[in-house]
Amino acid sequence: MRRMILRRLLQAVPLLLIVSSFTFVLVSLIPGSVATALLGDTGTPAEIVAIQRQLGLNRPVYVQYWHWLDGVLHGSLGSSFQNHQSVASILNARIGVTLTLVIATVIVVAIVGVSLGVLAAVRPGVIGRSVDSLSWLGLAIPNFWLGLLLVAFFSIFLSVLPSEGFVAFSTSPLRWLESLVLPVIALAAGPLAIVVKQTRDAMVSVLESEFVRTLRASGLGERSIVLKHALRNAAVPVVTVLGVLFAQLLSGTVIVETVFVLPGLGSLAASSVSAHDLPVIEGVAVYFTLIVIAINLLTDTVYGWLNPKVRVT
Amino acid sequence: MSAVAPVVGVHRVSWTAPVRELLRRPLACGALVYLVCLVAACSAAPLVAPANPNYENLLDVSSGPSLAHLLGTDDLGRDVLSRILFGGRITLLDAAEAVIVFVVVGVPLGLVAGYLGGRLDRLVMSVTDIVLSIPVIIVLLVVAAVFQGDLPLMVSLGIVASPSIIRVVRATTLSVRTELYVKAAEVIGLSRLQVLRRHILPQVLAPALVQVSVFAAAAIVLEAVLGYLGLDVAPPAPSWGSMIAEAATVIDQQPWLMIPSGCVIALTVIALGLVGDAVRDININRRSPTVLRARSIGSGSSQNGARAAEGTPNPEGSVPSGAEALLSVRDLSIVLPNAGGELLIVDAASFDIGRGESLGIVGESGCGKTITARALLGLLPPGGRIAGGSAMFDGEQLVGARKQSRVQLRGKAIGLISQEPMAALDPAFTVGYQLREVIRANRKLGRRAARTESLDLLEQVRLPNPVLVAGRYPHQLSGGMAQRACIALALAGRPKLLIADEPTTALDVTVQAEILDLLTSLRHDTGMAILFVTHDWGVVADFCERTAVMYAGQVVEIGGVDEMFRLPLHPYTEGLLAANPHFAGEGPLPSIPGTVPPPGAWPSGCRFAPRCPYVTVDCKISAIALRPGTEGRVTRCLHPERIGGRTTDVSS
Repeated sequence: MRRMILRRLLQAVPLLLIVSSFTFVLVSLIPGSVATALLGDTGTPAEIVAIQRQLGLNRPVYVQYWHWLDGVLHGSLGSSFQNHQSVASILNARIGVTLTLVIATVIVVAIVGVSLGVLAAVRPGVIGRSVDSLSWLGLAIPNFWLGLLLVAFFSIFLSVLPSEGFVAFSTSPLRWLESLVLPVIALAAGPLAIVVKQTRDAMVSVLESEFVRTLRASGLGERSIVLKHALRNAAVPVVTVLGVLFAQLLSGTVIVETVFVLPGLGSLAASSVSAHDLPVIEGVAVYFTLIVIAINLLTDTVYGWLNPKVRVT
Repeated sequence: MSAVAPVVGVHRVSWTAPVRELLRRPLACGALVYLVCLVAACSAAPLVAPANPNYENLLDVSSGPSLAHLLGTDDLGRDVLSRILFGGRITLLDAAEAVIVFVVVGVPLGLVAGYLGGRLDRLVMSVTDIVLSIPVIIVLLVVAAVFQGDLPLMVSLGIVASPSIIRVVRATTLSVRTELYVKAAEVIGLSRLQVLRRHILPQVLAPALVQVSVFAAAAIVLEAVLGYLGLDVAPPAPSWGSMIAEAATVIDQQPWLMIPSGCVIALTVIALGLVGDAVRDININRRSPTVLRARSIGSGSSQNGARAAEGTPNPEGSVPSGAEALLSVRDLSIVLPNAGGELLIVDAASFDIGRGESLGIVGESGCGKTITARALLGLLPPGGRIAGGSAMFDGEQLVGARKQSRVQLRGKAIGLISQEPMAALDPAFTVGYQLREVIRANRKLGRRAARTESLDLLEQVRLPNPVLVAGRYPHQLSGGMAQRACIALALAGRPKLLIADEPTTALDVTVQAEILDLLTSLRHDTGMAILFVTHDWGVVADFCERTAVMYAGQVVEIGGVDEMFRLPLHPYTEGLLAANPHFAGEGPLPSIPGTVPPPGAWPSGCRFAPRCPYVTVDCKISAIALRPGTEGRVTRCLHPERIGGRTTDVSS
């Protein structure tokens, strides 16, 4: 168990280096773009060179990267090309929104997905089949399209929920909740379908296993068998899937935050791309990677808790 | 070389069989037809599209579906259907590029990693580990920020997604690599490249195809995301994603515009998923021929099902009536589901167990003995049911009893220990926890009392150091310890009858003897009866007082163990005894010619007739009922007097 966590932590270092250097090399391939983006089409060659010098873009890539790494080790992610604010402060101001959105989605996905999956496994008839068909839809519908449909129905047609924007919890808990409902549904649909399928399959196979038969034969109630013994064993693959989905949800925030105009990391990444704002993109990449590493660690820990074979050895 | 050829030839992939399988699935066929039509229509868009996708007719903006514009027009008066067809050229082509990169990068890497193994394999696996942790969209955004056009985006998407196919191909290669025909090919001197191409690649194809369909669906959605963010084509050229973005700007005036572009994406993704599922299912069937065989058996099932309801007539009194019997089973018939309906597995089984008695049920595998034991606990596999007969347990009718009351009986009245002790314990909880839970489910005991009781039980099954064992997880126990723990679990409710389903089969010989010893002394101490399901006559001889022999779903003989060993009253019993190494004399071990007929293929007369050395004409005419024999025994043989001569020298 401890070795597993240690291995994950060791993996994190090359992972961060790969992600950041990859980003660096790619962006440096076209150095003119930043200046062009800042100056528009009116910039003279002299102005472009001046800006490049000012931003340090005239130096070789590895020097730039080293400079950036040095900054990271000293707690600085550089400053935005666009408004010269510190990248770290821009990101820190936005990470709360993204984490709120993603964690809320994971909670919804875990609770609803596992419940529906268990239900489908225990009642294979009509309920099982309808859960199955619904999860098909969840997989097939792109999340941003679903988000727009939700906006069309709940915001424009019914006018019951806001179509965009984020309200801080401290401002108004009710409006905070309202601002999260539609984005969370849009983000949750796809992962929900996967969790339902995974839970159903895992439960069905565990319920057919030998130990469930033994426990039934020894007089244990069906409730304890399904909800404690079968679910605990079926949860092992489900937790793994939830961990992978968490990482995918981060990708999903890029588009869902854009659709619902939420001031998070995802929408920041999308808008920084057109501005060629390298330090900001780099910063988002690093933050996302750090979050993924944290999630992997968490998944491993929960996995060990669920699976005694991993825990003890 | 030629001698090996047929072995190798068996594993050639045949194309016609999978295609025929596919045609049997209407949904997957429909999905395939849709995909083919979509690709054809989009590629031929300049020919088949009703209008120029970028022609703006400002006199006819935002119209709904009509004959002139089947899917309506957008806010600039452009024909939506034409834009979908032309947009598909972008979206589908982009997705295709990503899929090609995905396959070209993933399949060779997976093959090489799986086939060569070693350091290369470890390198590939750790790189895929790392790549899997990178958020895909971030990579795409960075690439989009740097490069013009959509090709670099799709190439990087294919690369970043490739770990999924690398892992699947590697895993398949690893498992195929160890198979005999691959080893044979290596031995006859095929080069590694030839082995990979001829023997491994065909096996990898199907699982890889499943991954391709999953990824193709994901690529289409991601392409739409990029289109929505305006990163794939420059306006006014359409792509499915950019059409949704355009529709979003007028969502409050013309919500309809959201529908065509979104639906075409969703339908395409569903179609790809259906095709992928079909490929997976067909491949599973192809790789495990037993599945197909099990299905084809069911041809005569309806006839058997009808017979199950009636039950074979069984004259009253043919089985010695068990006035003092603890369990009295009469004409119990059990059916299991199969492809064509239901299949009769156990046909009118009858037997009794007295209080404190031990009865063996003996027979070859597939004769229905385990199913009979399971049915008594109401633990038939899904879809299985008792089709007729009765089972009285201690004055209570088990057959047709409400689920609630049958659950009440489990543990408290009837306990079960099964064949594989390691699989019979929940791996996620300690032995002590499971024991305490079962104790409290069966008896009203407090936590502390349950704990004391659990340690007592562990001591009763002669586990050294009960406290230590109680704190262990099942995987930390040996097979013998696990079986003792299972017995403790079965004893927790103080049952009057213990069903032991081949409890020693999976154990070492020395451990077998210990477990049998334990069961014998437990029976004497607690006075519980034991129903011992086994195929081992040695166990029967040591442990049981009476025995029921089962053949092809029927009880064919019941009698005291000593009497039966001395003189079997059924030729099947005789054959089984003679074939048993415990009792065989000098010379080669005799065996019963032929095999047990599977359920659904039972002969109409005596079911043993085709294999019986004493068969006469009347044996094959009609079903044989159980009839009284000597010494209060029963048999399902018309001519028990013909048996004998050969078995007298066996008895001792």
